[in-house]
Amino acid sequence: MAQNREFGNRKLHSLLGVVPIGLFLIFHLTVNYMATKGADTFNAAVHLIEFTPIKIVVEFVVIYLPLIFHAVYGIYIAFTAKNNLGRFNFFRNWMFFLQRVSGIITLIFLIWHVYTTRIQAALGAEVNFDMMATIFSSPFMIVFYIVGLLSTVFHFANGLWSFSVSWGLTVSPKSQKIMTYITLVVFLVLSYIGLRAIFAFV
Amino acid sequence: MAETKTKTVRFEISRQDTPDSDPYIEVFELDYRPNMNVISALMEIRRNPVTVDGKTTTPISWDMNCLEEVCGACSMVINGKPRQSCTALIDQLEQPIRLSPMRTFPVVRDLQVDRSRMFDSLKKVKAWIPIDGTYNLGPGPRMPEKKRQWAYELSKCMTCGVCLEACPNVNSSSDFIGPSALSQVRLFNAHPTGEMNRSDRLNAIMGDGGLANCGNSQNCVQSCPKGIPLTTSIASLNRDTTLQSFRNFFGSDQV
Repeated sequence: MAQNREFGNRKLHSLLGVVPIGLFLIFHLTVNYMATKGADTFNAAVHLIEFTPIKIVVEFVVIYLPLIFHAVYGIYIAFTAKNNLGRFNFFRNWMFFLQRVSGIITLIFLIWHVYTTRIQAALGAEVNFDMMATIFSSPFMIVFYIVGLLSTVFHFANGLWSFSVSWGLTVSPKSQKIMTYITLVVFLVLSYIGLRAIFAFV
Repeated sequence: MAETKTKTVRFEISRQDTPDSDPYIEVFELDYRPNMNVISALMEIRRNPVTVDGKTTTPISWDMNCLEEVCGACSMVINGKPRQSCTALIDQLEQPIRLSPMRTFPVVRDLQVDRSRMFDSLKKVKAWIPIDGTYNLGPGPRMPEKKRQWAYELSKCMTCGVCLEACPNVNSSSDFIGPSALSQVRLFNAHPTGEMNRSDRLNAIMGDGGLANCGNSQNCVQSCPKGIPLTTSIASLNRDTTLQSFRNFFGSDQV
């Protein structure tokens, strides 16, 4: 098996995008949504998460390590493709292209996002409503976060579609088409939740 | 009342003298004849290889064989789309007609490419049914008619290379074997006798450059001249290899 790593790596890449990264994304956006109920509700939710047992281990196992593998291998996948939208202007080819573009945008966004929040928290800053409100005091950051959010949610929703193909859940063209509609709903719902949260801080 | 100017057909053809030299474009103009196709036009140019500027050039090199879209040899990129030149009718093409080789493959000369990698892939995935024994094994099991009907569609593959040319993940920086050979694995695994070696084929496509390289752009199924459900084959194999990987890991009594 030593030289045949690709199958396992690709499958792991696909799985990690949904479990745990996708689940964490939904959890994260749900917590953010508390901001729409006011600063106190949001601060209480954040405070609750701070009491996660062995928090640093959970963070590494559930978030950082899966995310780093997914990102590094994803960059490799994105740059081995030779996009040909000009010659093959099909819907799925667009999704293929956008999946790779959104992956890169999401990575850039996440590096900045983790630096300004989690790393600042590690350096002693307190994560609360005011921290986010300060970040969103700049119009550029609002735009940056909206782009980052939409790109992340698109990457997750469309990734859910290719996950279901890659693992053999949706085989027939009809099942794949139904999955296209389901993932579209996922994209719209998560985008709504995320955008509501962003504008709660503004 | 004879027409002073006859109707003509204009071709912009990508030429390449050797596998390593740079390609260049030559333009040809032919008199229109009814029911022309790209191959008959190329034959006409071969008869009289003179460009639109009056320069005598070398005849164009291209591959062809059956002339009825079942052999796959005459595939080339016509007006940006990879397809067979034998069924590319001039009446249905926008002019000027642009011809170039399928550059996913090594170009031998002009429009002629080397599709060896596809035939190597068929060997790699064991796209055949072993029926030899040291004694007469007798007739094989029967195939259900319903299964035979969809499997027949997969058997129409002529290894033409259009799906590889359309696939964004088949290129010089990837060793992906492409959709056609994968679909053949589904065909031979569907056969009641071929099924006896299913895990050999599944393990072959689980190797490097195999099935997992598919990025689901689904260009292949849109481009296949034979309408083969390539992406259904790929998704079905995804299911089979997922189960096979569990069997490999945990051990199983399945063949």
